[in-house]
Amino acid sequence: MCGIISVIDRKKNPMDGSAIKESLSIMNERGNGEGSGYAVYGAFPEFADYYAIHVFYDDLIGPKTAVEEELEKLGTVKHQEEIPTFEQPNLKKRHIPWRYFFKPNVMALGTSVSEEDILVYLMTKVNTTIPGALIYSTGKNIAVFKAAGWPEEVADFYRIQDYEGYIWLSHNRYPTNTAGWWGGAHPFNLLDWTVVHNGEITSYGTNKRYLESFGYVCTMHTDTEVVAYLTDLLQRQHNLPAELAFKALAPPFWDDIDRMPEKERTFNTALRMAYGPAMMNGPFAIVVANSEGIAGITDRIKLRPLVAAEAGDRLYLSSEEAAIRVAEPALDRVWMPRAGEPVIGRIE
Amino acid sequence: MPIGSVPPKYKVTIDNDLCMLCERCIENCPYGTFRREGNKIMTFSRACTGCHRCVAMCPRDAIDIEEKPVDYRTHPVWTREAREAIYNQAQSGKIILTGMGNTLNVPPIFDRLLLDACQVTNPSIDPLREPMELRTYIGKKPRQISVKKTAEGDIDLATQLAPNLKCETPIMIGHMSYGAISLNAQRSMARGAAEEGTFMGTGEGGLHKSLYPYQDNMIVQIASGRFGVDIDYLERGAAIEIKIGQGAKPGIGGHLPGEKVDEKVSKTRMIPLYSDAISPAPHHDIYSIEDLSQLVRSLKEATEWKKPVFVKIAAVHNVAAIAAGIARSSADAVVIDGFRGGTGSAPRVFRDHVGIPIEAAIAAVDQKLNKQGIRNEVSIIASGGIRDSADVTKAIALGADSVYIGTAALVSLGCRVCGSCYRNMCPWGIATQREDLTARIDPDIMYKNVSNLIHGWTLEIAELMGAAGINSIESLRGNRDRLRGYMLDENILSVLDVKTVGAGAE
Repeated sequence: MCGIISVIDRKKNPMDGSAIKESLSIMNERGNGEGSGYAVYGAFPEFADYYAIHVFYDDLIGPKTAVEEELEKLGTVKHQEEIPTFEQPNLKKRHIPWRYFFKPNVMALGTSVSEEDILVYLMTKVNTTIPGALIYSTGKNIAVFKAAGWPEEVADFYRIQDYEGYIWLSHNRYPTNTAGWWGGAHPFNLLDWTVVHNGEITSYGTNKRYLESFGYVCTMHTDTEVVAYLTDLLQRQHNLPAELAFKALAPPFWDDIDRMPEKERTFNTALRMAYGPAMMNGPFAIVVANSEGIAGITDRIKLRPLVAAEAGDRLYLSSEEAAIRVAEPALDRVWMPRAGEPVIGRIE
Repeated sequence: MPIGSVPPKYKVTIDNDLCMLCERCIENCPYGTFRREGNKIMTFSRACTGCHRCVAMCPRDAIDIEEKPVDYRTHPVWTREAREAIYNQAQSGKIILTGMGNTLNVPPIFDRLLLDACQVTNPSIDPLREPMELRTYIGKKPRQISVKKTAEGDIDLATQLAPNLKCETPIMIGHMSYGAISLNAQRSMARGAAEEGTFMGTGEGGLHKSLYPYQDNMIVQIASGRFGVDIDYLERGAAIEIKIGQGAKPGIGGHLPGEKVDEKVSKTRMIPLYSDAISPAPHHDIYSIEDLSQLVRSLKEATEWKKPVFVKIAAVHNVAAIAAGIARSSADAVVIDGFRGGTGSAPRVFRDHVGIPIEAAIAAVDQKLNKQGIRNEVSIIASGGIRDSADVTKAIALGADSVYIGTAALVSLGCRVCGSCYRNMCPWGIATQREDLTARIDPDIMYKNVSNLIHGWTLEIAELMGAAGINSIESLRGNRDRLRGYMLDENILSVLDVKTVGAGAE
């Protein structure tokens, strides 16, 4: 179950959220009203140099004060606001969504570390030690909107048509093995990475432990969270090019590796040996985005659907062709990517 | 003797209507349980060890062996074993020896761990139709892969991989030395392991020439006695293992009685004929992790850094910290042997009372290495009481890379786990050097039993993985989500880091 749709405009032309809402809503039989969400890149041009920290607060007294104490210790808040919301008949405000535009101080932890490391530290600290506060997005110029509800309700709750950007990701959730709650709704974001996922990651236990050994802490109670962290680990921390990082997550079978020419074989063997615990198992179709582009990939035996389509400068990735056609009836090309083979769309 | 003899453990009877006086029972029993008197086979039940060789070889099914009911006064605390040990020691004043694994009635934790299976939301995978990958590399892995861009814009690998053992299944055969077991048993297992693309340990008895054809599938062992160790031995092994401890007897050395040291054993071990082969409790050049590290690195240097070096320890209370030290000693894998591990000979008090279960040890070690951020850089091999493919699967889900089997491999050669291995009279030709007995194993035939066993288990592991929606063993390793504890207390669940039955994903 679950439905995903994502689009990038390679020329960075802005798109508002109305089309993606319609696309996602047509896949309602893939969800059950317990979680939907949207993410958009390019949402805050006026604060493009600041990290947009999105927080769900249970109340604005204890948790908010505690989070702001942490923010003060770690850097400067340029601007903050409650995220505008509009209650719907079936979607009441369960948490209070808030956003901060934040500049970290790289010396805040006593020694010079990267801005990204400060953000990861902050998110881990808040999500593991401050009850009633959950940081669910930390990217620059990225807005994330999610809640436990149907796609159109969540879209209207946040009025996503009021936002514009050059990459959109969205997700319609059918929770199967974890509870449907606001934090568990997709997309999942960490720094520049955002993930939507259809499926179940049976390697979650292994992936989670592996990430823990690198200091990540999983707090969202759902398997998808690991994809964002694995991407961050492999691409940001280990500097692997996107193609290789995806190969580590869904590597070729040993039988195929054995048949490769020597150089390729050695490369793929090394990748599998080093990143065995990062490889993802089970049925999945995921779309991972960063500010440079989007990439979609399915599991190695394609137990979940993924359709790719192009229309002019736009690349779409979705669970269903019908969802893409709602947004863009006339497509230049539609294809079904092969199992484990990433489809990547980059800005030009 | 004033105490008198203890009652026999087994009662052996012959159905004279069925018996055709072929005398195979007499030929097959080295303990002297049978003799012919006129037109009858008579039995001497007191000699029987319950090895069942006679039953297996009787063409008429005329032999019955029953465990003889205890004819002491029953007592819940002063069991037959407790009393007999005292009679035995009151007469001998010696340490009581025994063979095979722990016989205490402590339920294996494995039996209280239950595996997962997919239903509907997540499809299970059918191994008959989909690829299922059990290949396991044992050895050091890089923390991360580095790449570099060439002038032409290609991406090249900048990381150099350390040597690893490539196993087509996560099942290997543990170390059982030539001397403790027969050459024919070793040859059967070595060929069986090679057939299945996996590995077998030599034990501390050196490497006999007839095993050279299988050397690429053998891990040579160095114990404190250094038996059979020279540069040729090191170079022949696919990997080298330093044995510090053993699950059946943590903290003590080894002892092969002189009567097992015949000419071939003596040459292979490089010790005098019929001399006792005694391995000291410690390695006398290892008194710290730093010393261990020196030995690991010397062995690597001697073999030009081409072979992985493993370190084997018994599972003891502080196993996690010890394993973490080993992981940092340049060793490529840590082997942990649990308290159910088998043995050719050990003091009974050690076998039954020292050490901890392998299940808890794997979880604790995996956890510790993970916390220290080095779990993926060293392999964990678990052994000691692995009885079937479910045990293997659970061991891997708890954090092992692969397992060693010992007793299970011997059972595939006929062993009935009678526990008399230390007497050099094994009727199945396994734990003996008596040529009339060792001839009972033809390695060219019996290797198939070993390879069948490994093959069958491997198929079962693939099915269990498929049921859990996993098509590659890497995704099972340390995956506690795929396990639930049943009738285990909270403390054990916390050491295992496993949720209780009925608990959902989060």
